Amino acid sequence: MAKKEARLVRGGLQKVRTGIAGLDEVTNGGLPKGRPTLVCGGAGSGKTLLGMEFLVRGATQYNEPGVFVSFEESAEELTKNVVSLGFDLSRLIASKRLLVDYVHIERSEIEETGEYDLEGLFIRLNNAIDSIGAKRVVLDTIESLFAGLPNPSILRAELRRLFRWLKKKGMTAIITGERGDNALTRHGLEEYVSDCVILLDHRVANQISTRRLRIVKYRGSTHGTNEFPFLIDERGLAVMPITSLGLKHIVTHERISTGIPRLDTMLGGKGYFRGSSILVSGTAGTGKTSVAAHFVDAACRRGERCIFFAFEESPSQIVRNMRSIGIDLGQWVEKGLLQFHADRPTVYGLEAHLASMHKSIDLFKPKVVIVDPVTNLSSVATEADVKGMLTRLLDEMKFNRITMLFTTLTAAADSLESTAVGMSSLADTWLLLRDIEIGGERNRGLYILKSRGMAHSNQIREFLLTDKGVDLIDVYVGPSGVLTGSARISQEAQERDVESIREQEIARRRLNVETKRKALEAQVASLRAQFEAEELELKKLTEQEKMRQNGVSKLRKKMADMRKGDSNSERRKR
Amino acid sequence: MKRKAAAGPRRNAKPKEDIWELRLYVAGQTPKSLVAFANLKKICEEHLKGKYHIEVLDLLKNPQLAKGDQILAIPTLVRKLPQPLKKIIGDLSNTMRVLVGLDLRPKM
Repeated sequence: MAKKEARLVRGGLQKVRTGIAGLDEVTNGGLPKGRPTLVCGGAGSGKTLLGMEFLVRGATQYNEPGVFVSFEESAEELTKNVVSLGFDLSRLIASKRLLVDYVHIERSEIEETGEYDLEGLFIRLNNAIDSIGAKRVVLDTIESLFAGLPNPSILRAELRRLFRWLKKKGMTAIITGERGDNALTRHGLEEYVSDCVILLDHRVANQISTRRLRIVKYRGSTHGTNEFPFLIDERGLAVMPITSLGLKHIVTHERISTGIPRLDTMLGGKGYFRGSSILVSGTAGTGKTSVAAHFVDAACRRGERCIFFAFEESPSQIVRNMRSIGIDLGQWVEKGLLQFHADRPTVYGLEAHLASMHKSIDLFKPKVVIVDPVTNLSSVATEADVKGMLTRLLDEMKFNRITMLFTTLTAAADSLESTAVGMSSLADTWLLLRDIEIGGERNRGLYILKSRGMAHSNQIREFLLTDKGVDLIDVYVGPSGVLTGSARISQEAQERDVESIREQEIARRRLNVETKRKALEAQVASLRAQFEAEELELKKLTEQEKMRQNGVSKLRKKMADMRKGDSNSERRKR
Repeated sequence: MKRKAAAGPRRNAKPKEDIWELRLYVAGQTPKSLVAFANLKKICEEHLKGKYHIEVLDLLKNPQLAKGDQILAIPTLVRKLPQPLKKIIGDLSNTMRVLVGLDLRPKM
């Protein structure tokens, strides 16, 4: 990509990829093709290794054979030295993809007796290049000629001729040079090799050494101008440009549980995004590791692999401590799902830490990575360095969709959000754990400071460490403010008291009314009974009356019949 | 011991040890190499008459030879015998230094 871009823009300068991790990004595509590049640095800064890796990568990855002209070490020594970087020189030499020429000059054997030139070296080099069809050349360290041969003025002229000749032959070359006192190289090689100059540095700060690389100049090309830390490990050199992978990763919408149900709820009900970075910050003893342990536990339950980088506690200590809150991490270790890597930050420099982290991640291929706590690393480097390293690590993880949770310790004196500011921009989700001091006790509170790309709760939750794990409960928010801990409990109790008194009152009244109702009903019933009795009596009376009247009319008729009265018959006649 | 024998060529030592094996490395027939060869011939005739052997090696014809004797500079004169190995670079125009270099004259 970068190579093509550079070609398009520059329209001429072609570059050759070195194959060295990160270096091609820093140089926007590699070293200038067909030109010599000067690599300078002090003793032990990695010049030879850089040169050798350039050739090995060229031979193995880009099908460009190379010649290594060593002025300091024999081929056997070199072969042995780079075995530790995983390079098998003898195989490459046997297959004619690499040629190591050891040029040895012993000052005591040599007497200068007049004019000379370095045609012998030219012929040797030419022969070596032609015999394997080399495209790459490394001269390491040509400056030792100055020690071996008299008459520097001839030597200078010859070196100038040599570099011109290399250019003419179209060799992409690396020339190494020892760092001088006031110049880039002791003998001013930069005068001759001026297309590209790379400076390597090995600096010790606070007793910890860090290797750095800087492109001093690169004619006709843009390049990174910063100092980039680099490291040398068993896979060779690795430059760590902060923007190596850049912000090009593709994200997923997949969500994974935090291991704390209530926290999932706070994070829109689903938890973190997979492949995101989670920052847990807080002062000492606020439960950062516990939050991390929950996440690990949840991931292992899903059958995902985790790596836990601990810079504070030993693995067994973490396992023991987490058991006390009901999380058994030991079982996951036994099942091979969880790996602990515990180191004191001071055992080696930042670069080596990064290297070992990279290596373990590469080998174990985890889905979840924990770094606890990241701030401890700043004891071996500046905060800016740690941030740079984290950025690099995060880029790599996001690229591989690994979810990373890192904790930072905030010093009690600092503002809660201060230390983490450097890191906070790296984090997608930021959980802040804090102490809340009320009523003479400290309680833990948790809230989500930010969580990119999801709706999340804006409330403080009280954070409880129980023997069944972390529990998040609502804090009391009422007229007297935010209450936690026993203050919350007493407030709640108080409220409960008030509540129960009110309930009793209601019950009492209800009973009252009930009794009244019952009394009333009884009254109604008796009245009704009375009324019914009266009604019955009335009915009886009415019937008696009817019967009586019946009896009377019958009697009258009888009497009339007996009197033979005609009034009735007369009346009938009429 | 050898040094003494070498330094005093007129004394009769064992003939085998007295044979000087010299190699002159050149790269083509350049003026410098011609001068060097002429100078060498002259010095040998003067100091090692009859007990030297000069081999002229042209690296343009045999480039692989440069590796064996670790030749960088041209012209280079290598004293193979007597031991120890000595290398003299340049066109051998500085006779004094050639003699010192070949141990024909002790260093002052």
